Amino acid sequence: MSPESPAFLFLHAFLINNFVLALFLGLCPFLGVSAKIKTAVPMGLAVIFVMLVASLCAYGINILLVHFEIEYLRLICYIAVIASAVQLVEMTVKKLSPTLFRMLGIYLPLITTNCAILGMALFQTFNEYNFVQSLAYSLGAGAGFMLALVLMAGLREKLELASVPDACTSAAISFMLAGLLSLAFMGFAGLGG
Amino acid sequence: MPRDAKQLSPPTMDTLKEGVWKENPVFIALLGLCPALAVSNTALNALAMGLASTVVLLGSTTLISVLRHLIPKQVRIASYIIIIATFVTIVDYTIHALSLELYNALGAFIQLIVVNCMILGRAEAYASKNRVITTIINSIGMGAGFTLALFLVGAIREILGFGTFFGIPLFGPDFQPWAVFILPPGGFIVLSLWLVLFAAIRRRKEQRKEVAHVA
Repeated sequence: MSPESPAFLFLHAFLINNFVLALFLGLCPFLGVSAKIKTAVPMGLAVIFVMLVASLCAYGINILLVHFEIEYLRLICYIAVIASAVQLVEMTVKKLSPTLFRMLGIYLPLITTNCAILGMALFQTFNEYNFVQSLAYSLGAGAGFMLALVLMAGLREKLELASVPDACTSAAISFMLAGLLSLAFMGFAGLGG
Repeated sequence: MPRDAKQLSPPTMDTLKEGVWKENPVFIALLGLCPALAVSNTALNALAMGLASTVVLLGSTTLISVLRHLIPKQVRIASYIIIIATFVTIVDYTIHALSLELYNALGAFIQLIVVNCMILGRAEAYASKNRVITTIINSIGMGAGFTLALFLVGAIREILGFGTFFGIPLFGPDFQPWAVFILPPGGFIVLSLWLVLFAAIRRRKEQRKEVAHVA
């Protein structure tokens, strides 16, 4: 696969440079919502959706910004758009499933300050991806986030039953697990040529 | 009102110190972890990132504290983010002008300071309720704590991963660097070990207090 092809970009964001495990983006929700698979899956889906919306908006806005030569407003515009997209998702989830809304709690509005989303928007701008490439990249990033979240949730459900040393508070042992997962993901380096 | 009196109490040494140790943003509150791990592969990068975040934190919380009576409650989060984004843009352009090498090393992570939850957390939990002077002191403490945490992680990763400290070789030519510590897994593992260490210290302190109480 050529490094420019959308399929490669998807793989690149999904496995090779996984947003959570290789780029350290979106760690707060990664630790906050990964206690149970039941919450991890809907959270992952919400992030994928916000990723796609944010990617589309960021692509459009960037064309406008470049046209008017006001690139220094990029950060402010991106964050405003992401915040609105998150608001939209929040209202939809609240309407469709109040139970899920309560389960996700504070982490749903906090998608706004999820660096994975802004990071994806900034990377796609820096690398000057075209429309299809941006879409593939954001889909991969979202799916990669969800994969990491669900894997971690599965591990942590097992961890509940294990006896760990007292000093290893839940955060410390979770980071150790994340480190091992990250080590495993390094095996994907070079995948797809 | 007594509640107001408490909030407007004069700043003390504790206001400064709590961010460094008792409420350290990274080690205790687990906020702002993404930059703490992503750019902390050398001590210098970690220090630069810590200082850049401190400047943004200080600038934005000060402004938010000044404007705290003017910002309507319903749109406060959006206003905070816009203010923070402004300061991040300033810092981003400043670093770009000062040192291109550093700018390339930190990459997009300077712009990602805007979504550092530590800063928004301070704005919402502290700056919006406190006087300007207390806010400034508290932000300096928090920034120092954040920089310290980044530095601790970065120093260990650089020493083990490159065998250097601020670029100065430590172990001589025969040292075989542990490449894993510069790579992503190393970040998670080093941070996890620091967390274990701090948790152990805190537990011991609590146990001592209990023993003293019983005796």
